[in-house]
Amino acid sequence: MVIQETKETPAILYIDLHLIHEVTTPQAFQSLRDKGLSVRDPKKVLATMDHSTPTLPVNSIADLDIVAEKGPADQIRDMIKNCEDFGIELHGFGSDKRGIVHVIGPELGATQPGKTIVCGDSHTSTHGAFGALAFGIGTTEVGHVLASQCLLQRKPKTFAVNMSGALKSGVSAKDIILKIIQEVGVDGGVGHIIEYRGQTAGLLSLEERMTICNMSIEAGARAGMFAPDDKTFDYLIDKPMSPKGLDWDEAIQRWSRLVTDENAEFDKEVTIDVDRLSPMVTYGTNPGMAMQIDDVVPASNGDLGHKQSLNYMQIEADKPIIGKEIDVVFIGSCTNSRISDLHDAAEILKGRKVSNGVRALVVPGSQAVKKEAESLGLDKIFESAGAEWRESGCSMCLGMNGDTVGNGQLAVSTSNRNFEGRQGKGARTILASPKTAAASAIAGSVDDPRKYS
Amino acid sequence: MTQGNIVNDMEKIIEFSSKTVVLSVNDIDTDQIIPARFLTVTTKDGLGDGLFADWRFDEDGNKVEQFPLNQDKSDGCTILISGSNFGCGSSREHAPWALVDYGFKAILSTSFADIFRNNALKNGLLPLTVSEEFHAMLTENEGIEVTVSLEKMMIHASNGMKEAFDLEPFSRYCLMNGIDQLGFIMNHEEQINAFENKGQ
Ligand code: SF4
Repeated sequence: MVIQETKETPAILYIDLHLIHEVTTPQAFQSLRDKGLSVRDPKKVLATMDHSTPTLPVNSIADLDIVAEKGPADQIRDMIKNCEDFGIELHGFGSDKRGIVHVIGPELGATQPGKTIVCGDSHTSTHGAFGALAFGIGTTEVGHVLASQCLLQRKPKTFAVNMSGALKSGVSAKDIILKIIQEVGVDGGVGHIIEYRGQTAGLLSLEERMTICNMSIEAGARAGMFAPDDKTFDYLIDKPMSPKGLDWDEAIQRWSRLVTDENAEFDKEVTIDVDRLSPMVTYGTNPGMAMQIDDVVPASNGDLGHKQSLNYMQIEADKPIIGKEIDVVFIGSCTNSRISDLHDAAEILKGRKVSNGVRALVVPGSQAVKKEAESLGLDKIFESAGAEWRESGCSMCLGMNGDTVGNGQLAVSTSNRNFEGRQGKGARTILASPKTAAASAIAGSVDDPRKYS
Repeated sequence: MTQGNIVNDMEKIIEFSSKTVVLSVNDIDTDQIIPARFLTVTTKDGLGDGLFADWRFDEDGNKVEQFPLNQDKSDGCTILISGSNFGCGSSREHAPWALVDYGFKAILSTSFADIFRNNALKNGLLPLTVSEEFHAMLTENEGIEVTVSLEKMMIHASNGMKEAFDLEPFSRYCLMNGIDQLGFIMNHEEQINAFENKGQ
């Protein structure tokens, strides 16, 4: 913290790591040019291309015009030029470090406990899995951070999500966070930062914690966090950007102290019983419209828009959701595209086939995840099942790069938003875990993954 | 650090009046405000064309007549009344840019998503939180003339109803004086240097 907040002025918060990508930065770089400013510390900027980037191979920039439409292609060229002009290293095409911002930060060890991390993307909350303070900002603020390495902030309120019990077979971290959002509502966390705690927290892997923190924003919270522990340190120990040697020992000491006091009081609290959790799916047009997969679709959730939402989804109230026919399965996004997610899906798809008429797209979160999956033969499992295997990127999560769900089509997607048209104009989205997505791909309709466990 | 020219060239906002247009839907997300396919731009220009695109236009690109923004009564309105949790979802600043480009100066709702609110304030768009009662009055009286005064921190409706609103003093000061917030940060360069030297 450079300057504390006062009644009149916000705090000036120093930013340790700034993640940038092609979609929310062009206007920020332009504002720097207009004001004659430089980037204060290019080494604290981690730049990649993911949002509008094609998931078909691009070996040279000339390829770009073949696989991408003009808008995204121009945006990508703009990103390359901006990074060159301002001295920022870009993990672009050809880099084995390229990938979705929220996947590569942790993978490279750039994400570390106690860091302040921002990005022009709301799912920056993902990095809170490491005990970092990480949140999304707008493009004007991207400009502020580029120019000054600082951000104006007010102190948020605190929110504890207490979790008890262990995940049962066939149930995933994605189901925990969908349950939490269903409980607290899509605006339940507004103005707050969530700490996920309790017995379950220690049992979850870092990748599972990332899935949960990722969707904190879907409960309206700006950030989510887990206290760093031995699992955090084990994850980070051999990563390229992690501290080395004596610095590592010193870092562990420092990081170990980053836990909330025993008797800390929170502005808000909820409790989730993970033991009793079933796989969850969404049935409506926001992530809070979630249900247990083996339930019937609720006739109301108390919200005025409920009926309209079901109309858009063409999903009927009081009927089971299992068996609802689908057109597309998308396995990917910063929520669920890491190696453990691909494992979960591959385990179910192995030796089985994607149902006729269903398009299944598997998009690894980064080039490193892609390489690891290929070394384990997961790509072969997906391809033999009839799924498409792509280069890394955001892909169908927001449908900017040409990978979209068709108008009126229904998708089971491991991404994080089921808003109207999020995955393409007129697209309908059911959010679920990679296990549920894989089971549904085989059935050709929404299906319960527990039958495979 | 290059100090450059931090120009305070934002429009100063003191007070304005307009008829209102109502979109009484809760949880309007930024994907509805401006769908992702409009984000492949490198400037802020013309984003108003994509505002609520999937609600304003049908599949063939024709205007959807029932949609409030397509009705004559909304012509020239600069104040939008919306349902709660307006602007949830992504951090895209394209959402406030699109609203501003379309001509809006204020959104009145019972609550806003954090990032949207923050982004709006940096673009001279006022996200004003009003009480349930005042909101209900506005929704029932679509088209009513409303005056927003940043100076008095008040919203006056032409039927005599009024309500005070809250806005953090710093944002208000910047908006009323057309100040770019980056200037405030850059004025603390010494402290930033000192912070970097001690901790990093
Ligand atoms: S995968 Fe989806 S949610 Fe994640 S950063 Fe990309 S667009 Fe955003």
